This record gives sequence, C-alpha cells and structure tokens, in this order.
Amino acid sequence: MMIINLFGLVLIALIVWWFWLYKPAKAIDSTVESVTVIVNNGVYEPSRIIVAKDKETTLNFLRKDGSPCAATVIFPDFEVSEELPVDENKAIELPSMAPGQYSFHCPMKMYSGTLIVE
Amino acid sequence: MNKPKDSTGHKNSQELIIEGASCASCVAKIETALKRIDGVDNAQMNFALRTVVVDGEVDSEDLVQAIESIGYNARSAEDTSDDELLDEKEIADQKYYTSLMRQMWIALGLGVPLMIYSIAGGPMTVETTLERGIWLFIGILCAAIMYFAGKHFYVGAWKSFVNHSANMDTLIALGTGTAWIYSMVVVFFPMAVPEMARHVYFEATAMIIGLIDLGLALEVKARGRTSEAIKRLIGLQVKTARVVRDKKEVDIAIEQVLLNDIVRVRPGEKIPVDGLVIEGQTSIDESMLTGEPMPVAKEEEDEVVAGTLNKTGSILFKATRVGKDTALAQIINMVKRAQNSKPPIGRLADAISAYFVPVVMIISIISALVWLNFGPDPALAFAVVSATTVLIIACPCALGLATPMSVMVGVGKAAEAGVLIRNGEALQTASKITAMILDKTGTITEGSPTVTDILVADKSYTEKYILTIASSIESRSEHPLAQAIVDSAIAQEIDPEDISDFQAIAGHGIEAKLEDHHLLFGNQKLMFKKGVFLGEFVSKAQQLADEAKTPMYLAIDNKLAAIIAVSDPIKEDSIEAIKRLQSSGIRVVMLTGDNRATANAVAKKVGIKEVFAEVLPEDKSNKVAELQAQNEIVGMTGDGINDAPALALANVGFAIGTGTDVAIESADITLMRGSLHGLADAIAVSKATLRNIKQNLFGAFIYNVAGVPFAAGLLYPFFGLLLNPVIAGAAMAFSSLTVVSNANRLRLFKPQEH
Repeated sequence: MMIINLFGLVLIALIVWWFWLYKPAKAIDSTVESVTVIVNNGVYEPSRIIVAKDKETTLNFLRKDGSPCAATVIFPDFEVSEELPVDENKAIELPSMAPGQYSFHCPMKMYSGTLIVE
Repeated sequence: MNKPKDSTGHKNSQELIIEGASCASCVAKIETALKRIDGVDNAQMNFALRTVVVDGEVDSEDLVQAIESIGYNARSAEDTSDDELLDEKEIADQKYYTSLMRQMWIALGLGVPLMIYSIAGGPMTVETTLERGIWLFIGILCAAIMYFAGKHFYVGAWKSFVNHSANMDTLIALGTGTAWIYSMVVVFFPMAVPEMARHVYFEATAMIIGLIDLGLALEVKARGRTSEAIKRLIGLQVKTARVVRDKKEVDIAIEQVLLNDIVRVRPGEKIPVDGLVIEGQTSIDESMLTGEPMPVAKEEEDEVVAGTLNKTGSILFKATRVGKDTALAQIINMVKRAQNSKPPIGRLADAISAYFVPVVMIISIISALVWLNFGPDPALAFAVVSATTVLIIACPCALGLATPMSVMVGVGKAAEAGVLIRNGEALQTASKITAMILDKTGTITEGSPTVTDILVADKSYTEKYILTIASSIESRSEHPLAQAIVDSAIAQEIDPEDISDFQAIAGHGIEAKLEDHHLLFGNQKLMFKKGVFLGEFVSKAQQLADEAKTPMYLAIDNKLAAIIAVSDPIKEDSIEAIKRLQSSGIRVVMLTGDNRATANAVAKKVGIKEVFAEVLPEDKSNKVAELQAQNEIVGMTGDGINDAPALALANVGFAIGTGTDVAIESADITLMRGSLHGLADAIAVSKATLRNIKQNLFGAFIYNVAGVPFAAGLLYPFFGLLLNPVIAGAAMAFSSLTVVSNANRLRLFKPQEH
C-alpha cells in the first residue's frame, strides 16, 4: 500500500512539473524560416514563434481540425481575430509589435501559442 | 506579404490558390507555366498548402489564365470573399457533424447493449474461463471502438501532452483509457485483482465515447446558430454590379468594381458599393444596417451605402468606396472582431482554465488513493470508478464556452438593431452605466437648426438687410448654428456681402467689418463684453430662449440692430428614449454649448433634470470627469466628431450616427441610426448579454464544483452513493451544450417596444 501511495504522490508531482513548472525553450524563428502554423488535434504547431519587432508581420495558419474550437484564432493584444477555413492556408496580418511575449489562442483557450517579439 | 493592390490590379507579390493539383509533379508544371509569363520574376508553389506565391509586376488575371490553360483551377488568395468563407465553414461544420454522428452510432452500438445487459443484472464479472473469453472478445471490440469512434480524443490528448498542455481530450482519453485498461487487466490477470473487484467497465468506455461524440455534434449545430447575425450581414453583400463602361451598362462581379465607376441601380435592387448619387431620385431602405424602419429619400449628391435596398427609383451613382472599404465591409469586420473579444468578466474563467485539467487529474489521483487506503471492499474497483468518473465529469469546455458564446450572440443581436459594439469590454461597461451625458445638438435634437424669428431692434434696417449681414458673417463661421442662417439667406436668394477683419471670439461670437461699419454677431456675453445696450431686448431674448430657441444678437456700430432666433427641432422619439434610459435607473444629463435658458427649455421638453449649459467645446471632457469624480460610470453620447475627447474619456463613448455615415473608429459603441432609442437598445442588449454570461459562468462553475466531489465519492460515506461513470459522461457532454443553448436564448432578446 505504501508503494501505491508513494506512486500516486510521484504521479501528482510529475503532473505539476510537466504542466506548470516546465518552461518550453524551443521556438521557431519566423525571421529565419517561413512559418505555417498547423492547427490540429488541440495544438498549434509550432506554438512558440519568434517574430521581428517594430515590423508588420504575416503569419500563415493552416487549420486541419474540423472542430469548431479550432475555427478562430485570436491575438487579444492586437484586437485581431480571424476565422480559419479548414484545409486552406490563411494569412493573418499583424501590426508592428513592441518587444515582448504575446499569446494567441482560440476563443476558449484550448489551443494556445506564444508570439515572442524581439 | 501581399502588397496592396494598386488601381491597375498589379502587385509585387501575390498568392494564388490552386485547385486540382493532386501530385507533386504538378508543382514543376505550374511553376514553369507561371514563370513563362512576362513580368513574373519568380513563382514558387507550396504543394502542402496548394498555394503558389508569384513575384513580379503582373495582373492576377493573367496568372489565373495561365494556370487554367494547363488544366488546373486557380484563384487569387485575396479574393476569398466572406461569403465563400462562410459557405466553406458551413460545409466544414456539416462534415464534422456527420463524422461525429457516425462515430456516436459506432460507440453506442456496443455501449447500449452492454449497458442494458448490466442494468438488467447481467454479471459484469470475470470468473469462469468462458467469461474470460467472452469479455476478451468484447474488450477487443471496445478497443476497435476507441480507435474508430474516439481516435480524435486520444490523438488530441497525446499531442497536447507533448506540448505540455492539457484539455478536454486529455480528460476523456485518461478516463476512458483507465476504465478500459483496468478491465483488460481483470480479463488477462484476474488473479492479480481481489475477487470482489473483478469487474469490467467496457460499457462505460463505449458509452462515454458515444455520448461525448453526440454532445459535440449537437454543440456544432448549436454553435452554427450563434453566428446568424453575421451571416445575415454578409448576406447583404451583392455578387454583381451594373456599371457603365464605354457608355454601355454591363453586369460585372462585385470584386471588379473600381473606384469612381458609375453604377446603375434599379428599383428593388441592392446597392452594390458605397457611392454618391449623380442622377435620379429614389427612396432607400437602410433598416438592415441602421435599424431605422423608414425608407430614406435620396437625390443627387446624397450618399448611398452598400447592402441597402433601393425601393422606388432608378439611380446612377459614382462609387466612392469599394471592396473592403465599404461601410458594410467595415461593419462586418468590426462585428466579427467584437464577437471574438472577451469582456473582463471572462478573464477569471480563462485564468482557471489554464489550471483546470491538471488540477482535475490530481484530484482524480487523490480520490483513487483515498479509496484504496480507506475505502470498503472492493476498494480497488471503487478507486478505479471514482478516478474515472472524476476525469469524465469535469468539463473545462462549459467554462471556456460560457463567455464567448454569449458575446457572439449579444454583439450580433446588437448589430441587428444598428448598434455596433467595439469589443467585449465596451459591452460589459455599457451594462453598468449609471450616468449618461447626452450632447444636445444632433443627439437630442435633429442637428439641423433653422431660423425661426428675426426681431429688428433698429427700425432703419429691414429684415432682409439683417439677414444679409448675418449670413455674410456666418458664411465664414464654423459654428453649427451658422449654417441655419446661411441656408435661410440662400432660400431667400440673398447674396452675401464682402466682410473684412473677420475674427471669431471663442464662446462669444464674431467681430467683423462691412465697409466702414463695425459688426458684432453673437450671444449676450459678447454684447455685454462690448458694452452694447440691450434694454427691453434682454427679456425678448429670454422669451425666445424659453421656447427652446437660441437667440443671437447682431450689433452694427455697437448698437443693437436685431435678434435672430434659431431653433433646432427635437427628434421626435427623443422624449420616449430618454424616458427608457431613466426608467432603467440611469442618471441622464444634457450637455451643450448653448445658452442656459435655451438649454433648460430643451431639457424640460425632453424630461431631463440636469443640464450642463454654455460649455465650451474643450470643456466637454471636464464635465465627463466631473461625473466620474462622483463615482458614476459615465456614458457619453455625441456625434463623435466635435466631442471625440469627451467620448474617449467617458467609460463608454457612444457615437450617434446619422444614417450610415459613421465614424466607426471613434467610439466604443456606434449607433447607426440617429434615434436615441438605439442608445437605450445598446444598454438593454449589453445588460441582457452580461446577465446571460453570468448565468453561463455560474452554471459552469457550480456544475464543476459540485460534480467533481460527487464523482470522487464524497457522498458515499453518508448516503452510500457513487456516481456511475456513464452518467458522468452524459452530464459532461450536455453541460457544454447547455451553455451554448443558453447563449442562443439571447437571439430571442427584443429591445423594449418603441
């Protein structure tokens, strides 16, 4: 029984670490390579994107998931909200941004990603 | 990436969507064909996306033709209209719905018979070898169902797990996965499990997948209805226009209409683009945009707006705004943006949703441990059931959907009434307004003043001479009342005299010269300041002011010559609309630069008790601040041009448009029609939407807060109750559907009759 309890506690610790404490470092640099964000199965891929500061940026989105959750992507800091057609490339134009991190997500925040402006 | 189109249709870089390219070898073919065209510097195709980016100075038509000539279809990526997007969305939704329904039937096909068997008392335990064999077969069948009907849950769960995030898929995958794996362990290694706990839960796995698929399918349908308002707006856009080209009238696609094209619209047709009438007279129904039920008369020089309906006459007009610049396109854009913005009330739910799923996973583990440590026999079976049920009943979706769904419907509903709400924050603040400042001119009144009285003080002047002098001065003034005097002179065919040394004195009036005569034209303050004797005319002016007219004094060589009274008629429904605002508990205050007596008279007529009169334009925002200092949440309504700073300072700025010529960007909320009823409607819609959001949030919170402990077995020690995982699945599937349906109730909202 002792072992089972211990196992349960370790599992809880792992959940805390994996979902909250772990900070992803990997990000795709859109200034180096062209980026198309694939929207499928509950995630944006890539979900961390580096973009250049003080410059208008265009990001391409390709939605493959029919679920209505995936249908809209919102950049709340810039009042941008766009419908994503299924299986069709959608270019989203963003205004020039000050350096910092900005999130983008679906209306329910189940899909989420980060723009790293630098 | 795509540079804006210039008038000839050339671009530096453009993107085309290719249809019919099915093999990788098409890429080279298409690229070569494009590169052969004069002016193309480079063409690069992205096969995965079926798009090609072309650099160079070429017309997109030429590119499309070249691609079509080698057997593919192509169109410019920018040309995807809202209409097509909407159609595509509907087709995609329908496809998604059909596949979910098919998956549901597959899952319930196994789940329901098993469920009936277990309810009817059939043993779900594994004891004999025969039972093991049968259950093994059912377990494999169940795995097949998980693959065919629930694959999207498991793939989604895995994908988000790898990305360090968790969502609804995670919970469903873990819940159903736990039930299935435990059952398979029982089947394969019954000896490893205490005898009383040798129970299988295949029916739970199949039923849960089926029910959640069903819930999702119904949700897709219900969500479709939330965007009805925007669909209606998009539907107003016509597909073709009849333009005059080479002296002939031809029908062309709406995308091809250029600026300054001459467009013909016949009775019963919709206006295709924005423009100015150059020939003909008609009346136009603008209700679809402004909510104003009466058709508006149009003649030469009048503006017509895309999407409105031409009723009686045939007109020719010049296109002034086309494509994405038309008022309709901007309205659609703004409504779409607002529908997806979130009011502050939704932020709590957002904050929670970031932690929600992992917390539920932890609760599920704790629940299992508590059952294992302290639970009665068969503790293991109880632990598995409670862990599964906790995972399944928790529904982050209901929480996440609560706010956006209501905002979507509420903002759309407002748009139908001619009220454009800029974002979720404006929506929320509008519902809490306690004081409303109304600008007098153009808001409460028509904003089109006319000359009503001319009282000649010095009998050596004729009325006509007075009007000549006054209109000569006012023709150079920008004061709103000036136009009334100029119009009156034009109506009497009076030509203006040549005025010199023109000088405007802010808040007072004008000083000028005609030949060697010194002229003063303005309010009482100006006369006092310059020492003009008014005598009995002070009381005569007072009398005019009491009739809600604005008296203006004209002095020639510092001697009073006449009083000219101008009156701005009150809009016919202002009184009623102000009553609506007041009866909803809002303190209504009138603001005007006009003199106190006139202002009071207008206020009295419309039933307003508080008046800020004689306010200089630059002081308007101070009055907003004054009310805010009294802890009021202040709404400010004005025309959005002269009072922009006051609108910006107010908690919510309302720009009241006359017709569709609106400064959409200037205010938090734009009222498309001139009536103040729009204002009352805007507040009523915001209140209804906020109420709806609160119901949704409350429901979703209570559901989760009550459901999760119940599922964990909190009631078991007291009442011997433990929730069945299948019921948890049903509850979860229908909780988000309930939220969407409640938001849809807002569609039935009707602003108070007026």
